[in-house]
Amino acid sequence: MIPAAFDYIRAGSADEALAALAEHGDEAKLLAGGHSLLPLMKLRLATPAVLVDIGRLDDLSYINDAGDHLAIGALTRHRDVETSELVQSQAGLLAEATSHVGDPQVRHRGTIGGSIAHGDPASDLPSVMLAMRATLVARGPGGEREIAVDDFFTGFLETALGDDELLTEIRVPKMPDATWGFQKFNRRAQDWAIVGVSAIVDNGSAGVGLVNMDSTPVRAAGVEAALSGGASAADAAESAAEGTNPPSDLNAGPEYREHLARVLTRRALEAAGR
Amino acid sequence: MEVTVTINGDSHTHDVEPRTLLVHYIRDVVGLTGTNIGCDTSSCGACTIHVNGESVKSCTMLAVQADGQDLLTIEGLADGDVLHPMQESFRQCHALQCGYCTPGMVMAAVSLLDENPDPTEREVRIGLEGNLCRCTGYHNIVKAVLHCAEASS
Repeated sequence: MIPAAFDYIRAGSADEALAALAEHGDEAKLLAGGHSLLPLMKLRLATPAVLVDIGRLDDLSYINDAGDHLAIGALTRHRDVETSELVQSQAGLLAEATSHVGDPQVRHRGTIGGSIAHGDPASDLPSVMLAMRATLVARGPGGEREIAVDDFFTGFLETALGDDELLTEIRVPKMPDATWGFQKFNRRAQDWAIVGVSAIVDNGSAGVGLVNMDSTPVRAAGVEAALSGGASAADAAESAAEGTNPPSDLNAGPEYREHLARVLTRRALEAAGR
Repeated sequence: MEVTVTINGDSHTHDVEPRTLLVHYIRDVVGLTGTNIGCDTSSCGACTIHVNGESVKSCTMLAVQADGQDLLTIEGLADGDVLHPMQESFRQCHALQCGYCTPGMVMAAVSLLDENPDPTEREVRIGLEGNLCRCTGYHNIVKAVLHCAEASS
């Protein structure tokens, strides 16, 4: 399978990438590691006229301690996130979930920013962003802006990023003392999650994000509310599917996904010590 | 677009269409056909090569993305007639049946041991999750990787 023809622009800097986006608008797509976009292009589900390759913007590949949060460059590869001592000690849930993305070859190429900007409800990392209440930083013609994760995922494969914007940084609150659980249920190694759950408990407050339970990555708000009201893990997990609209596919229908969400949320919360 | 890559120590320069996949470039343009195309959907790992020393599925990378990079394919692993220790372990442990997955399996296994020189059996199985063997010959493949790790330590 070969993608449809496109014009290729290799950006030498973030400014060059933004200039290309400004010129080509919604005809252009950004290419980072390519492990979400290229498969879609090979299947001709995506046929961008222009591909702007940002894969060489090494200045957007970093993991920094920024005081109360970790600042992670959007082009940081999954492999570098999962093996980072800083991420392991300050955001263990992110390191663990990242180690379950795809397979080793995928993690050698795929990037945290690419995965999040793709906005796929079946991806693992958006659930971590929701659970840890991350902030996404976008750069556009008018400068930089911060987007709270709850405002970021707007539709199926759609995000709050404008056609002329580039996701540059992911800010994850440091939670060195947090307890957490990550659950991913699939039928075969390396498959997408049929349902997945990221749960984290820090200073008594809980964050729970769901994988593949709606057309966007979603927060299990009912579970979080029940936990803050003192509910047990088992009782809180009963609310896991509340307000969701799970997809139906070859692997599972909505009812089974709702069941999985409850079971996996309970397991993730128990792993987090609730 | 002109692309220059180093493959197995040799420099190659060609004019390629931007949509050319790296695996097609390696097989059809450069003529190194040891790298196989299996599923073509980044699932099976038959097309695994090394890019700058790390395992990558060459069906999910454009040739233009590899411009200036250092690539290693299965043809570059042996030292003349002397097999790479991983190839030798695959031979000794009978870790191949039809052989189709073998080039990718070997390249993934070499990358795995580079990152984790002394893996447990479980770590080998998880580390090779991106490579499928349709003969289901996993038992001896895992044995070969453990054998290679032991022989190298």
